[in-house]
Amino acid sequence: MRLNLKIWRQKDANSKGQMVDYTIKGVEGDMSFLEMLDVLNEELINKGEEPVHFDHDCREGICGACSLQINGEPHGPDRLVTTCQLHMRKFNDGDTIVIEPFRATAFPVIKDLVVDRSAFDRIQQAGGYISVNTSGNTVDANATPIEKEKADDSFYAATCIGCGACVAACKNASAMLFTSAKVSQFALLPQGRVEATERVQNMVRQMDLEGFGNCTNTGACEVECPKGISLENIARMNREYLNATVKG
Amino acid sequence: MSGLVKSSIARKVVMALSGLFLVFFLAQHFTINITSVLAPDTFNEWSHFMGYNGVVQFILQPILIAGVIVHFVMGIGLEIRNNKARAVKYKKYNGGANASWMSRNMIITGLVVLAFLGLHFYDFWIHEMDYKYIAGNAEDPTRYYAETVEKFEPFWRTVIYVISFVLLALHLWHGFASSFQSMGVNNKYSPAIQTFTKIYAIVIPLGFIFIALYHHFNPITH
Ligand code: SF4
Ligand code: FES
Repeated sequence: MRLNLKIWRQKDANSKGQMVDYTIKGVEGDMSFLEMLDVLNEELINKGEEPVHFDHDCREGICGACSLQINGEPHGPDRLVTTCQLHMRKFNDGDTIVIEPFRATAFPVIKDLVVDRSAFDRIQQAGGYISVNTSGNTVDANATPIEKEKADDSFYAATCIGCGACVAACKNASAMLFTSAKVSQFALLPQGRVEATERVQNMVRQMDLEGFGNCTNTGACEVECPKGISLENIARMNREYLNATVKG
Repeated sequence: MSGLVKSSIARKVVMALSGLFLVFFLAQHFTINITSVLAPDTFNEWSHFMGYNGVVQFILQPILIAGVIVHFVMGIGLEIRNNKARAVKYKKYNGGANASWMSRNMIITGLVVLAFLGLHFYDFWIHEMDYKYIAGNAEDPTRYYAETVEKFEPFWRTVIYVISFVLLALHLWHGFASSFQSMGVNNKYSPAIQTFTKIYAIVIPLGFIFIALYHHFNPITH
């Protein structure tokens, strides 16, 4: 198929970017979205032009590196997939596809479609861990009995790959779904309860410091999240935070 | 405790609590207003009570005004902060693909309702203050029904009231259930809360619309 692409091109963090039009032919339905961009880049390189920069790594939906706002939605129109898992058969011959970087003040553009998502790392570093002595005498986590339901919910929260689609989708550029998934995966487990009070306070403080917007419960994040992280996690984080505040 | 006023989650909770308070107030307001259609004498009696009871006038009324102000100020702050959180906008943003119009446009519906409150205050509250304290009229427990019906005589005012109630319905449609999520309530009762929100968001504004239209089409003939 033949597609018209409108792609955000930006030389570096400090330049002003703009949308550039490209036409691409011979796109197959079973190509992934990133493979389609690979084809475009090959053409550009052959012509001696600068290829379009975009993030990717695993190309199988597990690393969280790929991003892209495709026709106004993060990871494109399909549900529960990342951009690397999005197939070109979701588009039709002659379609125009608008491709932009994830937009948030906390995710500045580095080049073209690549944004700096290290704000997520800093939120994680503020409390997304448990303190365990690992010097040779670590107790097997399975030795602690945990209710099945809680273990499952914790696992689902832990499937968040930190891609940032929740922020990109949210009209407020709020990072609550990501942060709440990271809070929840520990809050539900006995090992995580030990540092629960400081964890939620520190992670929420860092989230606010990074300049993400405030959640207004539109639910866009949950719909666009490639891992199906639920809004229940945000409610849990709100409860955790209120409890922590009352406790001091 | 200082974190409670500074953090994004704390602000969410304040927004939710003030909103729920206003939702509760709305139900009470409606209960009184519907008597203006069903039983004008009761309407006069209740209105007089609300207008002259010390607890209502000097404790509940200031709390209500504070509730409106807090909800409004927090809402504006939220809008400004959220605008800054995405300084460079998307060229193409398909918001309708993942969230309802109501949830995305609370600022619009909220500001229209606020503008309406300005008119509503002018119509009833300023008038009341003038009647009681400036003109210094004596108590008259029978005047409220006629005064209310008279307000809905002009077509323009009735239209403004009706439009405002439609916007209020859209605001409630998202806001009511949303406040529970903000306070951390997301469990097996949430579907019931959603359903109740939808019923409330339709029934109460529709009721207010009915009252406005009823009085417009049934003027008191002198
Ligand atoms: S919550 Fe979902 S959308 Fe947000 S970072 Fe995690 S996986 Fe990505
Ligand atoms: S490249 Fe790893 S999730 Fe897409």
